Amino acid sequence: MSFPWAKTYEPTTEFGKYMDSRLPLPRFVYGALGGGYPTPKNLNYFYNFGVLAGVALVIQIITGVVLGMHYAANTGIAFDSVEHIMRDVNSGWMLRYMHAVGASFFFAVVYVHIFRGLYYGSYKPPREVLWLLGLVIFLLMMATAFMGYVLVWGQMSFWGATVITNLFSAVPIVGDAIHTWLLGGFSPDNATLNRFFSLHYLLPFIIFGVIILHVWALHIPGSNNPTGVEVKGPQDTVPFHPYYTAKDFFGLGVYLTLFAVVVFFLPNALGEVDNYIPANPLSTPTHIVPEWYLLPFYAILKAFTTDFLFIPAKLWGVLAMLSAIVLLFFLPWLDTSPVRSNKYRPLNRIFFWVLVADCVLLGVCGGKLAVEPWVRIGQLASAYYFAHFLIIIPLIARFEKTLPLPSSISESVLAKYGTAPASGTAGNYGGAAPQPAE
Amino acid sequence: MVRLGALGVGLLFVIALLWGAVQPREAVTPDPVAALHKHPIEIAWTQDGAFGKFDRKQMQRGFQVYKEICSACHSIHRVAFRDLAALGFSAPEIKAIAAGYDVPSIDDKTGEVSTRKGLASDKFPLIYPNEIAARAAQNGALPPDLSLITKAREDGPNYVHSLITGYADAPANWKVPDGLYYNPYFKSVNIAMPPPLAADDQITYVDGTKATKDQMARDVATFLTWTAEPKLEARKETGVAAIIFLLVMTGLGYLSYRKVWSDIKRPKTA
Repeated sequence: MSFPWAKTYEPTTEFGKYMDSRLPLPRFVYGALGGGYPTPKNLNYFYNFGVLAGVALVIQIITGVVLGMHYAANTGIAFDSVEHIMRDVNSGWMLRYMHAVGASFFFAVVYVHIFRGLYYGSYKPPREVLWLLGLVIFLLMMATAFMGYVLVWGQMSFWGATVITNLFSAVPIVGDAIHTWLLGGFSPDNATLNRFFSLHYLLPFIIFGVIILHVWALHIPGSNNPTGVEVKGPQDTVPFHPYYTAKDFFGLGVYLTLFAVVVFFLPNALGEVDNYIPANPLSTPTHIVPEWYLLPFYAILKAFTTDFLFIPAKLWGVLAMLSAIVLLFFLPWLDTSPVRSNKYRPLNRIFFWVLVADCVLLGVCGGKLAVEPWVRIGQLASAYYFAHFLIIIPLIARFEKTLPLPSSISESVLAKYGTAPASGTAGNYGGAAPQPAE
Repeated sequence: MVRLGALGVGLLFVIALLWGAVQPREAVTPDPVAALHKHPIEIAWTQDGAFGKFDRKQMQRGFQVYKEICSACHSIHRVAFRDLAALGFSAPEIKAIAAGYDVPSIDDKTGEVSTRKGLASDKFPLIYPNEIAARAAQNGALPPDLSLITKAREDGPNYVHSLITGYADAPANWKVPDGLYYNPYFKSVNIAMPPPLAADDQITYVDGTKATKDQMARDVATFLTWTAEPKLEARKETGVAAIIFLLVMTGLGYLSYRKVWSDIKRPKTA
């Protein structure tokens, strides 16, 4: 699809020829995932995580559809129906643990996928739309996971829903009206649970649709690669099948093995014990926390403790949490460096790892009670998060002296195996196209 | 424009956050409960580990402890009598156990609310019809249902064992309110439940095991681990099989990956 040397699909059987002139689905698959998709030959294991994320979604949909056959979205029996699944439904415990642990694994995989994109500059031209669609998927995932967690209707479900939906009431003037409209009442109740179930069932299919667009947007410029240097010719690529299907199958095996270890031996390690207590609107848990994958954003929400510039602390928190994700949509235009891969960006690379550490620290802060020193650490870590994307990255892009890029993927691969001289080429040859002046 | 706007927004958030960070904090008085609170004692359970299995005899003893002591106040209403087959009880034994309970019913002649003898398909009945009745009978406290207790508390099985054997005299500087008992393993260290295990040989085990307080606590904690996770053994057995399968599959996947890539990774012409 993307390069002139891509192999074209040649139907060999009579049936193949018949179908190809009526519904060329085999041709489509061949071009998307088969021998017809030339892929850079230097992709490392971090490039497995896109396929893994797709598999994680499919696992969630399959287990979720079956769980939905046994679950009852009614506040009176929701918790009981989950326990019915755990005790009486054939292999229900396995389905539910796969679904609950699967959500965590889905996020873990997607976080690696996002940070891989950040490290190798995969958001830069010509892949901005690909990056934007990925962020849309990420937002939809967060909404889906949040609503799914509420369905259990345990203590943490109920109080998590109370805290998160309360954020909407921070909107000036119309906040309370929006809050009541979203919940279908003044606090989470049956109307809330029922609509969350409906949306939790709907959103994964919307995610699936956006993934199709995401993969489509990937196939136009083709995959980025660890050098960040564009593909120059057939010598730089291998057909997706069998090369990357084989590598992805191996990666999938490793992923599923780790997944099985947690599902079968540590199924509750990533959850909160309070969610095995049925929801009780009259009893607030001492410590309300979301699932681990939302903790960094929760930390940013909690980091605003004082009113500032006549804006209440709560509204600051909500704006900041929203901005923490929205700013990623602007990243392709904030980072104007013509060099994609951090392999050749010595300064940016340091800040990349500081960001990784900062996000982990935010996650830790998000899980702590609001006591010192965690409040201050959370405030400083949040400040760094915003400074990193909105101030540091644009400045580095302007002043950083990047390392010479290899002239092509093949040259860098040969250099790695010690069979060709690594003659670096100065300047931004082979990097992303320079941005037009504003 | 994008970068100028970003700079402005970034500075705004950073200054707002730093402004919050430099605000003086109220002096914090250390929580006296935190100093008294103890973590549960680690115990090696037979059901622990990848190949862990419940000890059937221990589960039956634990059920006896539950029945003779805990069930005075605590229900296990997510467990059905038929589930007791997992403890090693036979069908007639289960029928007999079920028949020992009255379960809510409707009188089939008058249509009035009544009770009947339990069947194997029934769940263990509630002790109190509702929370208000429970609190009224228990001096304001609510004895929780124990079906899920070992999953609803951190370190559940150890917690149950430590809690019911961990009653102690309160330190001199700690005043326990009237009607409550000092127990450092309870989250607030003041618990409404009276010490359930008063002395050794409080009950007489059917299988002749010496009923020390520690033994009774271990047995009932094991029983309650099962009530919370009745499919624990099936889960672990399935897990071992699944992981063996996946390791073989992944190994074969790795070999084919190496084979497929051999001409790319080791170019013959260089």
